Amino acid sequence: MTDSKHRSPQGMGFDTLSLHAGQVPDPTTGARATPIYQSAAFVFPDSDAAAGLFNIERAGHVYSRLSNPTNAVLEERMAALDHGVGSVVTASGQAALHLAITTILSAGDHIVSSRSVYGGTHNLLEYTLSRFGISTTFVDPRDMSAFAGAIQPNTKLIFGEVLGNPGLEVLDIPSLSELAHSHHLPLLIDATFVTPYLCQPIELGADLVVHSATKFLSGHGVVVGGVVVDGGTFDWQSSDKFPTLSEPYVGFHDLVFADEFGPAAFITRARKEGIRDFGACMAPMTAFQILQGLETLPLRMQKHVANALEVATYLEQHDLVASVSYPGLPSHPDYELAQTMLPKGCGAVFSFELKDGREAGRAFIEGLSVFSHLANVGDAKSLVIHPASTTHHRVDEASLRAAGIGPGLVRLSIGLEDSKDLINDLKGGLRAVEKLNKQRASQVAKPLEAVS
Amino acid sequence: MKIDINGTSIGYSSGSGHPEADAPAIYFIHGAGMDHTVWVMQARYFARHGFRVMALDLPGHGKTDGPALDNVDAMADWLRGVIGATCHDASSITLVGHSMGTLICLSLAARFADLVDKLVLLGTSAPMPVADVLLNAAQDNDHAAIDMANTWSHSQRSLLGASDNPGTSNLHMGERLLERMADDVYFKDFSACDGFSTEHYDAIHTPTLIITGDQDKMTPPRAGMAVADLLKVSELVHLQGCGHVMMSEQPNQVLDAMSGFVRG
Repeated sequence: MTDSKHRSPQGMGFDTLSLHAGQVPDPTTGARATPIYQSAAFVFPDSDAAAGLFNIERAGHVYSRLSNPTNAVLEERMAALDHGVGSVVTASGQAALHLAITTILSAGDHIVSSRSVYGGTHNLLEYTLSRFGISTTFVDPRDMSAFAGAIQPNTKLIFGEVLGNPGLEVLDIPSLSELAHSHHLPLLIDATFVTPYLCQPIELGADLVVHSATKFLSGHGVVVGGVVVDGGTFDWQSSDKFPTLSEPYVGFHDLVFADEFGPAAFITRARKEGIRDFGACMAPMTAFQILQGLETLPLRMQKHVANALEVATYLEQHDLVASVSYPGLPSHPDYELAQTMLPKGCGAVFSFELKDGREAGRAFIEGLSVFSHLANVGDAKSLVIHPASTTHHRVDEASLRAAGIGPGLVRLSIGLEDSKDLINDLKGGLRAVEKLNKQRASQVAKPLEAVS
Repeated sequence: MKIDINGTSIGYSSGSGHPEADAPAIYFIHGAGMDHTVWVMQARYFARHGFRVMALDLPGHGKTDGPALDNVDAMADWLRGVIGATCHDASSITLVGHSMGTLICLSLAARFADLVDKLVLLGTSAPMPVADVLLNAAQDNDHAAIDMANTWSHSQRSLLGASDNPGTSNLHMGERLLERMADDVYFKDFSACDGFSTEHYDAIHTPTLIITGDQDKMTPPRAGMAVADLLKVSELVHLQGCGHVMMSEQPNQVLDAMSGFVRG
């Protein structure tokens, strides 16, 4: 239709869907909570129904690698929250990204990706997938002309994260969507840092979304999981670029997914091939625990972003802090774009740079007690990491700078504690830096005194 | 898949079937604004059971060349031409329609009784008046027409979810499918439904199965039951907790209702 923008159906609101989507009280037992169907396989009613399930003509479950009733609740809830036609949950966020890519790309194909992505994603794209013949060109996420210039005849996918890592660049999804679609390419977005509560990339023009469900979707930090959501928006038959969806698939009796499944072509192939063959499925207990987190997602995200803005504002005014990179602050280069794309807040992960380098970063971390020092984000508890002394401790300063990581850069994931307690804790860390600076000053002064 | 008939490209699905030359034929006719993909599960079932399946895209819908037609008899005439071109040796012919598609089936059976052996009508009503608010929005190519029709087509359960198809949001599937149609198609379809009348039809003798959903707000169950008055031989199956898009909301129950009738 003339009004071609993809919209959400006139259904329930976000908060209601967070609690209810995909589940009704169990018809057999009346259980209100989602039951955990801890079963590897499911009994067939009869032989013809069994054949029907395998032939995708009947709805139901066969084997928990392919689908499971508990997982299906989480999948439908994520599809509803992200405005997709369906989703598949996976063993991890990395598995979700791998599933999304391998459903449509094969050896010889090419990806154009933002260069500001999670380190694990960079490893997958730069080193691992290249071993299998899928190459990637990385570009500045703020430079649309760089994305356009990197597109090759064999490019099949444009990829980026809503908020870049570590610089928190805000990806201009509407512009990138327009660019991708003008080249008949789908846009895949990693929305882990924002969740569908803060940003629904499909509404902004993306076609596919992946999340690490380990992070804010769960909120409790007790499971690892991922999800890939299909917007059902991309026409896979608009070109000959996507034979896995537009040509007969020998592995499923010459099924042409786009012909038979229309808007659900991608997600159907992801389940019928990717989960079937790569097998990176989610355990039903994990799905249940993520569902517990999702029930409070709207409330948690409100507190996360309120705390994050308060903490970021505090840090930006501190003398020992060189800069704070948080798109919710007017000082961030993408502040205006963030106000448009992320009106409910810019998430709760951000970084700041201490003026005094690597040793200051180490002292700061060790001066904290409420923040937990670990390599994760999106927990209900506040988390901190200093890349230069941990994940990147072997990397020299020049290489760190090239990766956008200063020696004094600290990444915070702001949790749900009282903001005054978080700020007091940060003050403790900053006092440790002050103490370090005084010690350094005295060590410098003593030789001078000796000379004089 | 596509087939060329008299210079017109027609989109359809065979349900991945490989039928014998004299296999019974079954034609699936979609509703307003939709295309053949709404029949994916039913098409695949009958293809596996030896039927020659043609789940068709109507003119101007899906992959079939336009323009879209704006009255039911013209759509039925088009369907008659497709059947004539694709089904010479079939041992029997069954027509399955949904919503607007049921009107096309009724028109064909009333005017060309010898052509059809069985009818299956899902979500039917004759007449099929369309609310002014929906017609007007469709005339303006306003997305609100999609929103209204899609929401009204689903049961209360589908508004929250709990789809029978693992990991699928039926509500969003409906929205995305309707968003694929070209300008003016929805208005032509709704105009065809709104203008449909059975007054010039004789009674239909074709054995017919009518399937209704008790939460169908587009074609309420009582409307489906009234269609039975036109028919000399009919069976009625009521699906509990089901809305208008019964093929996606209750695919297994639809198959259970259809399989015995069509294959029997």
